Amino acid sequence: MTARFTPKTVYVTYIAAPPDKVWQALTSSELTRKYFWDRTVKIEPKVGGAFTLRFPDGRVNVQGKVVDYDPPRKLTYTWQVEWPEEFRRLPECLVSYEIAPAGEAVRLTMTESHSWDVPEAILSGGRMGWPAILSSLKSLLETGKPLSIAMEPPRDMIEAIKKLK
Amino acid sequence: MSKPVFVYVTYIASTPEKVFKALTDTDATAKFWFGNAVTSDWKVGSPVKFHREGKLIVSGKVLEHDAPRRLSYTFQSHHEPHNGTEKPSRVVIDLEQQRDQVKLTVTHDDFTPDSKVFASISNGWPLVLSSLKSYLETNRVLYAPWYEEQVKREAEKAAS
Repeated sequence: MTARFTPKTVYVTYIAAPPDKVWQALTSSELTRKYFWDRTVKIEPKVGGAFTLRFPDGRVNVQGKVVDYDPPRKLTYTWQVEWPEEFRRLPECLVSYEIAPAGEAVRLTMTESHSWDVPEAILSGGRMGWPAILSSLKSLLETGKPLSIAMEPPRDMIEAIKKLK
Repeated sequence: MSKPVFVYVTYIASTPEKVFKALTDTDATAKFWFGNAVTSDWKVGSPVKFHREGKLIVSGKVLEHDAPRRLSYTFQSHHEPHNGTEKPSRVVIDLEQQRDQVKLTVTHDDFTPDSKVFASISNGWPLVLSSLKSYLETNRVLYAPWYEEQVKREAEKAAS
């Protein structure tokens, strides 16, 4: 099912932590709320299982299905934004994390893939967000303290989404 | 073929002054940049050189030195397998204070359309900047014994 998705955004970071700690950071709600703007993740640990990302008030921000579940190497899920409401017009995309040992550290590669001719303005949201999220994840694992980056979706992205049918 | 542009953003719990100092300091770069020590007087037009174990790895000229906001230089790789055969590209590093951290953006462009250096720097920057972030936040660097192999593999792939 993943063949129709094309990688559009790739972000690589190297983290001084063992692969299972990086895996834990991606799959534990206690940790995502620290580095992913208070959002809590829930992943059913199997291919085909449910993935949800919730705001602190319980509303679903993103939901999807698990496509790869291979701890501590590869995690992929489909990504359908549920809130803010107008973002529901976006076709689901695919978010994949690969964790590879790299010397005393690990290389974490995030790939966002799309199934349609997605405009640059819409891609700009992820291109802005992922470096912030994954920089904060790295800080959390290496120092125990996440970053406090303030960010809103780019205006161009919201305009582009409003134009979608 | 369109000219390739490499952009990478990272956020570092530090100040623009400290990040700028690390990027322009011989001893600091030797630590986080895997032994590549930078030397320059950082005047516009002056040479910039990165040496590792006495060997010239990268050379260029200072294009902009606006501490602690922007640093820019031309970039010619003398590293294997490039050996200074490709014309210099351009590095721009922008720093911006955001709350308790610094947003660092590297824009590396002005490559030749068939650039082979582009593949090397696309692998290199995430590693260098991850190491810089660790160096400033935890005072430890990332050691990269795999980096040489990776560069070699990419070069072989590009050549085949």
